[in-house]
Amino acid sequence: MATSSINVPSAGPVAGSRSFLSKLRSGDEIARLITFLFAASVVLITLLLIYELWIDSALPRHKFGLSFFFTRIWDPIAENFGALPFIYGTLVTAGVALALAVPLGIGAAIFLAELAPQKLSDPLQFFIDLLAAVPSVIYGLLGVFIVIPMMRQWIQPALKSSLGFLPLFQGPAYGVGFFTAGIVLAIMVIPYIISVSREVLLSVPRDQREAALALGSTRWESTWKIVVPFARTGIMGSIFLAMARALGETVAVSMVIGNTPTISSSLLSPGYSIAAVIANEFAEATGDMHTAALIELGLVLFLLTFILNGLARLLMLLTTQRGSGTAQA
Amino acid sequence: MLTMTGICALVAVSVLFFILGYFVYNGGVSINWDFFTKLPVPVGETGGGMANAIVGSAKLLLLASLIGVPIGFFGGIYLAEFSGNKVAFVVRYAADLLNGVPSIVIGIFAFALVVHPFKRFSTIAGAFALGLMMIPITLRNTEEFLHGVPRALREGSMALGAGKWTTIMRVVVPAAYRGIMTAILLALARVAGETAPLLFTALGNQYWSPGWNQPTASLPVVIYNYALSPYEDWHRQAWAAGLVLLGLILMVNIVARVILSRGIAVPRS
Amino acid sequence: MKRIAGMLVVVLALGGMVWAQSSLLINGAGATFPAPIYSKWFDQYHKASGSQFNYQSVGSGAGIKQVTEGTVDFGASDGPMNDDQIKAYRTKNGAGILHFPTVLGAVVPTYNIPGVSGALNFTPEALSGIFLGRISKWNDPAIAGANKGVNLPGNDIVVIHRSDGSGTTYIWTDYLSKVNSDWKDKVGKGASVNWPVGLGGKGNEGVTGLIKQTPNAIGYVELIYAAQNKVPYGVVKNASGAFVKADLASVTEAAAAAVKTMPEDFRVSITNAPGKTAYPISSFTWLLIPEKFKDTAKRDAIKGFVKWAITDGQGDVEGLSYAKLPKEIVEKELKAINKIQ
Repeated sequence: MATSSINVPSAGPVAGSRSFLSKLRSGDEIARLITFLFAASVVLITLLLIYELWIDSALPRHKFGLSFFFTRIWDPIAENFGALPFIYGTLVTAGVALALAVPLGIGAAIFLAELAPQKLSDPLQFFIDLLAAVPSVIYGLLGVFIVIPMMRQWIQPALKSSLGFLPLFQGPAYGVGFFTAGIVLAIMVIPYIISVSREVLLSVPRDQREAALALGSTRWESTWKIVVPFARTGIMGSIFLAMARALGETVAVSMVIGNTPTISSSLLSPGYSIAAVIANEFAEATGDMHTAALIELGLVLFLLTFILNGLARLLMLLTTQRGSGTAQA
Repeated sequence: MLTMTGICALVAVSVLFFILGYFVYNGGVSINWDFFTKLPVPVGETGGGMANAIVGSAKLLLLASLIGVPIGFFGGIYLAEFSGNKVAFVVRYAADLLNGVPSIVIGIFAFALVVHPFKRFSTIAGAFALGLMMIPITLRNTEEFLHGVPRALREGSMALGAGKWTTIMRVVVPAAYRGIMTAILLALARVAGETAPLLFTALGNQYWSPGWNQPTASLPVVIYNYALSPYEDWHRQAWAAGLVLLGLILMVNIVARVILSRGIAVPRS
Repeated sequence: MKRIAGMLVVVLALGGMVWAQSSLLINGAGATFPAPIYSKWFDQYHKASGSQFNYQSVGSGAGIKQVTEGTVDFGASDGPMNDDQIKAYRTKNGAGILHFPTVLGAVVPTYNIPGVSGALNFTPEALSGIFLGRISKWNDPAIAGANKGVNLPGNDIVVIHRSDGSGTTYIWTDYLSKVNSDWKDKVGKGASVNWPVGLGGKGNEGVTGLIKQTPNAIGYVELIYAAQNKVPYGVVKNASGAFVKADLASVTEAAAAAVKTMPEDFRVSITNAPGKTAYPISSFTWLLIPEKFKDTAKRDAIKGFVKWAITDGQGDVEGLSYAKLPKEIVEKELKAINKIQ
């Protein structure tokens, strides 16, 4: 809805063109100016944040350049820093989380949007929204006291004995590790996938469904074969959104990932993520290079989430454009 | 197929109840009067409470709202009532960007801006970080709810001779009041549980934190530290604190959403 | 709206005033190694003098950094600041920083081996081999050889180290560097090293917690953490060839040689000390106090505390398994306190 800037002249002589100062005397211009300043401050703060990240990471950027992204060593004594183990850990845990959360989330969203009666769907969605509000440290607590022992005693040994021929599931069963972090993250991002996918599915125009039903398809066929593909760009958007959330998770991950900068093909291995290493080492990074290297990691994380969020928004935009009635091929 | 997707939904929802149940079971036993009124005792001893963490979190949230809410509220008014499309796009984009910044990076920013120059950890630094995180939620929601107020209300007010600002403050905002309040509540609930930004801004404190310029304990950070410790008593307290935190956040969320659903039909957050 | 804003301002002002009127608050941060005794000391000193010492046990590395940055009033570390760090402090703050030893403690190898509840014997070769990743099973001859009669399982060893910058790590790696030239070359000594193997835990607390929960784990923690949490810990072979358990006598013995050669600035390493009954992984732990204070109230409170801690406070240390400071060192320190301006 377009807002028109209605300039209501104050009581007094109606002037054709008014100077800035006289405009200022009218309360509305002041209000406009002040609220503009508040709005502008949002932009300024964001720019300042990016600037700080860039400037404070200058040392390692100049010293290591692009090799920062490909070095595996993280040695504070020798002042040799490489981001690869952390990028790897961040991406792997997010990957595991999505692999678990996406099927569950989309399935639940389909149920809530298409198959469930309204009376059931709304309360369930309410609970899912509540789940999204649970803070990270709570998941961390559950991770430490429930998930880790479960992983160590049952799940990891079971995986090793059944799927141990795959390099994915080899190595000792510590309890902590990529897989554990992935599970905790999966629980954290499911609500986002469900909420967004459900909205996208709901926004698919009715005539699509009705046309399918009119042609004789079953409820499920119309859902799975017509509605879901129609909404797929939006669903992709929800996945990117969830991934961006998973990448930035700090506390819950650092409590269950093992805090070891390793790159391993095994999901049972302990690892490290960008956010976790910053949380653990920032307060004590002696030496400017160490601190700046951590800030550079923060910059990398910021860029990753920036790209993912951007892609998500793009996909959402495409979905809404599509939703305006074009026929599905 | 119905059953499969239904099971998916059931699993997702049951996680919430599982979490709640587990916390009530584990944390419920440790909630007593001491927990709310006493300070922590020396390392390794049993007993004591989290009074300073609870008050610390309250102070942080109070100050954070003072930082985040005005910027979001008035910025939202600008977007909804005054701005042109280009400026609105830039501001919205910046707000979304800020929203997507991982909380640990916000912590780094707050450290660089508030802790480092003034050479101290403080409630202000922590509140600054949390306030930043509140801005995008408040801004976007204020804008949306103001948009949702029918044009007729504005035009009617102006037809009666009210100036633009008067219209906004006396007519439009009150009409959108419910939505904006719930947005603020939801923003508060979101930052109440944040731990990462506080780790190197507010740091921590075994005692009461006097004024606003000293380090302070906060519920999420205390839970984090206690959970990672080897002391059974601290684990017990961490569960209790988690229950309190979880309970408060869920309650605020429920209240906010109920208010929202009872109000005028305005766009959802 | 205006009313709400008005009320808010009143509440804030009141809140700020009320809370600002409490007693002197001094902020410190650093080592987790002495955290139990510091925590007790600060609590007692608060009852005696009214000053509140807010000590955050965030690790020695953080302690050094925060006191250098000036974001805390004092630091604490079990790895003394090296010359570069001291120089950096002087450059940043215009004056020097002083080390004050407060207690003697021991770092012990703690473990969680199913079926083994007693104290294992560890040789320096065994410890360095385990932490280098070369010895990977509990029944390896290097370990079993010193533990005849103990049924060691063939399970994989889970090594646990610190994930944060730690003085305890400094002490541990200092010891390993002295007894194993491979370790010295490959890894070296420091508060944060490039660990060949293992999981990371945060603080002495985190490592103890991880060991308790992880079967087949081995880690290194300060003695009191193992004792308080009833985690078995091993005895270590010292430089004279005897297997020594960490306790008050053996730790005090380790410091005995250093007493005579204590440098002016109190920075000394007593790992792998000579002496038949010396525990080889012992160390002092230091408070890092700036030489110059702008705030005289804080300065006097800190000076008062240090004086109390190295004299009256020593009565509490043995109850928490730390060893008292040797008398000669206390005398030197009392003189050095006057350096704090």
